[in-house]
Amino acid sequence: MSLTTKDMSVVKALWGKISSKVDEIGAEALGRMLVVYPQTKTYFSHWADLSPGSAQVKKHGKTIMGAVSDAVSKIDDLPSALSQLSELHASKLRVDPANFKILAHNIIVVTAMLFPADFTPEVHVSLDKFLQNLAWCLAERYR
Amino acid sequence: MVEWTEFERATIQDIFSKMDYESVGHNALARCLVVYPWTQRYFGNFGNLYNAAAIMGNPLVAAHGTVVLHGLDKAVKNMDNIKATYAELSVLHSEKLHVDPDNFRLLADCLTIVVAARLGSGFTPDVQAAFQKFLAVVISALTKQYH
Repeated sequence: MSLTTKDMSVVKALWGKISSKVDEIGAEALGRMLVVYPQTKTYFSHWADLSPGSAQVKKHGKTIMGAVSDAVSKIDDLPSALSQLSELHASKLRVDPANFKILAHNIIVVTAMLFPADFTPEVHVSLDKFLQNLAWCLAERYR
Repeated sequence: MVEWTEFERATIQDIFSKMDYESVGHNALARCLVVYPWTQRYFGNFGNLYNAAAIMGNPLVAAHGTVVLHGLDKAVKNMDNIKATYAELSVLHSEKLHVDPDNFRLLADCLTIVVAARLGSGFTPDVQAAFQKFLAVVISALTKQYH
């Protein structure tokens, strides 16, 4: 389900609207994921505080969304945009790729909560596809 | 048997008592048909589903969305016995409608997103967890009679 030119322009347009809240979306999505899908906490056993508002969660959510925003800016060539991060996730982090889908779902939920009028079904499908493609590229180096 | 906390019970009753069934049902089903277009395979007789606008404006989609959402009422009223409550509906979806159970998850995700958009900040992580747990139990019950 590769990205059409329409998908790319829809995602870029969405990013234009949500850019001021991108950090908040990241923090909220990550925090939510840890609560709603407790099995994801296994990747963060080295953190002192896994509750939604914690400093570590906020910081990491911001890091993740920073990378997602970067991917939006390089949306025409996601494989090369994500090759280094893929290497990191494959060799060092080894996050089970099923979790990318879980985080994507939470990014979508939070975006819908914060931008209900903008998050139409058409925007939803393009964002869903984008996050799916991003996840695919992120898992590229796994095996 | 599914164990529900007081918070989970109260959350589910609260969400559904305030639910605008027509609007939420319509929006959730339409969103599902747009975001996961392969789900349209079950609605061959619904007429025009050619694009997002057609799907959103289709009165058969709106009506059916309401039917599906009211189907959840049984679970809301029988939270301690959802499996038995849905035995017949499970047989229906398997033997007559031939719906791939993965579609239940897709519709549940769209419903979660529509409810999240409605409740805004009221859709806290704990509320989301309760709502998704409820839908997961319903999905499990609906899938139970497939063989």
